Amino acid sequence: QKVSVEVLDHLEHLALVDFRDSEGVERLEKAIQFADQLHEVNTDGVEPMDSVLEDRCLYLREDDVTEGNCTKELLENAREKVEEYFVAPPGNIPLPKLEERDTFLQGS
Amino acid sequence: LAPWVPVVGLEIHAQISSNSKLFSGSQVQFAAPPNSLVSFFDASLPGTLPVLNRRCVEAAVMTGLALNCSINKKSLFDRKHYFYADLPAGYQITQQRVPIAVNGSLSYSLCIDNKMSQMVTKTVRIKQIQLEQDSGKSLHDDTRSQTLVDLNRAGVGLMEVVMEPDMCCGEEAAAAVRELQLILQTLGSSQAVMAEGQLRVDANVSVHHPGEPYGVRTEVKNINSIRFLAKAVDYEIQRQIEELENGGTILNETRAFDSKLGCTVPMRDKEGKQDYRFMPEPNLPPLILYDAKSLPANMNHQQVINIDWIYERLPDLPSVKREKLVEQYGILPEHSFALLNEDGLAEFYENVVKQTRMKPKRVIGWVLKDLLSYLKQHSLTAKESPVSSFLLADLLNLLEKKEISSTAAKQVLAELWKGEGKTPLEIVKEQKLQLLQDQEELEQICQTVIDRQENEVIMMVLG
Repeated sequence: QKVSVEVLDHLEHLALVDFRDSEGVERLEKAIQFADQLHEVNTDGVEPMDSVLEDRCLYLREDDVTEGNCTKELLENAREKVEEYFVAPPGNIPLPKLEERDTFLQGS
Repeated sequence: LAPWVPVVGLEIHAQISSNSKLFSGSQVQFAAPPNSLVSFFDASLPGTLPVLNRRCVEAAVMTGLALNCSINKKSLFDRKHYFYADLPAGYQITQQRVPIAVNGSLSYSLCIDNKMSQMVTKTVRIKQIQLEQDSGKSLHDDTRSQTLVDLNRAGVGLMEVVMEPDMCCGEEAAAAVRELQLILQTLGSSQAVMAEGQLRVDANVSVHHPGEPYGVRTEVKNINSIRFLAKAVDYEIQRQIEELENGGTILNETRAFDSKLGCTVPMRDKEGKQDYRFMPEPNLPPLILYDAKSLPANMNHQQVINIDWIYERLPDLPSVKREKLVEQYGILPEHSFALLNEDGLAEFYENVVKQTRMKPKRVIGWVLKDLLSYLKQHSLTAKESPVSSFLLADLLNLLEKKEISSTAAKQVLAELWKGEGKTPLEIVKEQKLQLLQDQEELEQICQTVIDRQENEVIMMVLG
C-alpha cells in the first residue's frame, strides 16, 4: 500500500518530520503494514481498550503546593533567556507549501 | 431581502480556583515572577508524569451539577497535539472522548427593550464540561522578533464549558456568560474574573436563512470582557450578513476581536484546518466517580469522590437566591436581579432591612438608586462603601419616623458619603433639616408667608 504525497506532506506539516528520501517513506509504509495486522483480529462486540491501566485506580492528589520555585534550574537548559523568560521565535513559522520547500516529496 | 437568522455558540474556559495545578503541585497564582510557579512536569521535562488534583475534579463535578448536567461516572483523558512555544509538551491533556459532564442547561434573564421592568428568561443547552490544562503565556516582542515565554500558567486546571448554538445575538451571549460567571463565583469553583484571564470566552458565529441549513461558522477569540463579547458577536453577525449579501462567502476561520477598532480580523497562525491527532493519555487511567449507591466499601476515603455528597452541599445558586429575595422582601424580580449583579449588594440590602423599620419594598429604592449610583460613581463595591448598612438603616429610620423629608434624607446621604464619622442625626441637627411637627408653628409660618405676599395670594384665590 502506497501513502499518497498529500498525506506525506500533511504529516510533514503536523509532526515536523522530514521523510528525507524514498527509504524513509518505505519505512513508514512498512510500519503501517505491520500495524494493519491488527485488522486480522475479529473485534466485533469488544470494548476498545485504550490503556493497560484501565483497571487501575486513578490516584487523586491533595490540593497542596509541593513544587515550583526552581526558576534557575529550569532556565539552565535554555539556550536563550531574557530576564527569567524563555525565548522563542515570534509565533509559529509555518512550513512552506510543498511547491516552495526543499523536500524529497517534491520530486514524487 | 430574506431575513437572516444568526446562530451563536460559546466555548468558555474557566480557570479552576485551586491551590495547585491540575496535574502537578506547583502553585496557582495570578501575578508572580516569571517561571517561578513551574514544576519539572509543567516544563515538560522528560521522566515526569501527571498526577490528578482531587480539588479540580470536585470543582468540575460541582459546576456540572449546578448546570444540570449528567456527571459521567467514568471519564477519560486525551492528548491534543499542536506546536506552540507556550505548550512545552507539544500537546494539551484534555477530555475529548468522554468528558466529566454532559447535557446540561443554563437559564439566564434578559431585559426586553432595555427596560429593567420587563425581564424574559431564556435557556441555553450545555453540551459538555471537560477538564483540561491551561497553556503558558506568550509575550510577543515584535521589535526584537521574538516571543518571551512564561510557564507559570502552564498546567493550571481549566473547566471548558461548551454552550450549544442556542443564542442569537451579543446580548444573549453576554447575559448567558454573566449568569455562568455568577454561578461559578457562588460555587467557588472559579473566581471567573475575566480581567485576570480566569474566564475566557470564544464565540462561534454563523448566519443562515430560516429553513435553510446552518451557514459556515467563524470562531472569534481575544474577547476580554462581557461588554466586548456582545460587541464582538454583533459585529461578526453584521460582517457575515454584509459579506453574504454582497455575494461573498464566509471562510471557516478563526478571527480575533480588536477592541480598539470594534471589529474582528483574521488571526495569524490559524490558517487552515488544524489536525490535533487526538490520542488517549497513556499515563492516566479512567477517572471513576461514585455516588451513594456505588460507593465502594473498602476504599481509602481520600481517593473517593462521591457525587451525591457534593450535590447535597451545593450552595444556593443565583436563581434560587433571587427567588428567595423576591419572596422574603416583596421586591420585584428586576430588583433581585440588580442586587445579585453587584458584588456584596444583596448582603448589604439584607443588613439594612434587618436594622430598619422601613418596609423592604421602600428600602430597595434607596439601595438600588441612591446608594448604588454613589458606589458606581466612585467604582466601589458594597463592601467598600463608606456608608455602612448600619448608617443607612439609621438614616432610613429617621425618614420612616417622619423626622425628615425624603429630600432632606438625600442631603444627609450626600453628607454621610464624605465619611467624616458623623451620624445621620448629627447631620440633620447641623443642617437644620428636621421636619416641623408642631401644628401651631406651621400655621404661623404659613400665615407669615401669606401676609408678606398679599398680592400673589389674591391672584391665586381669583384663579
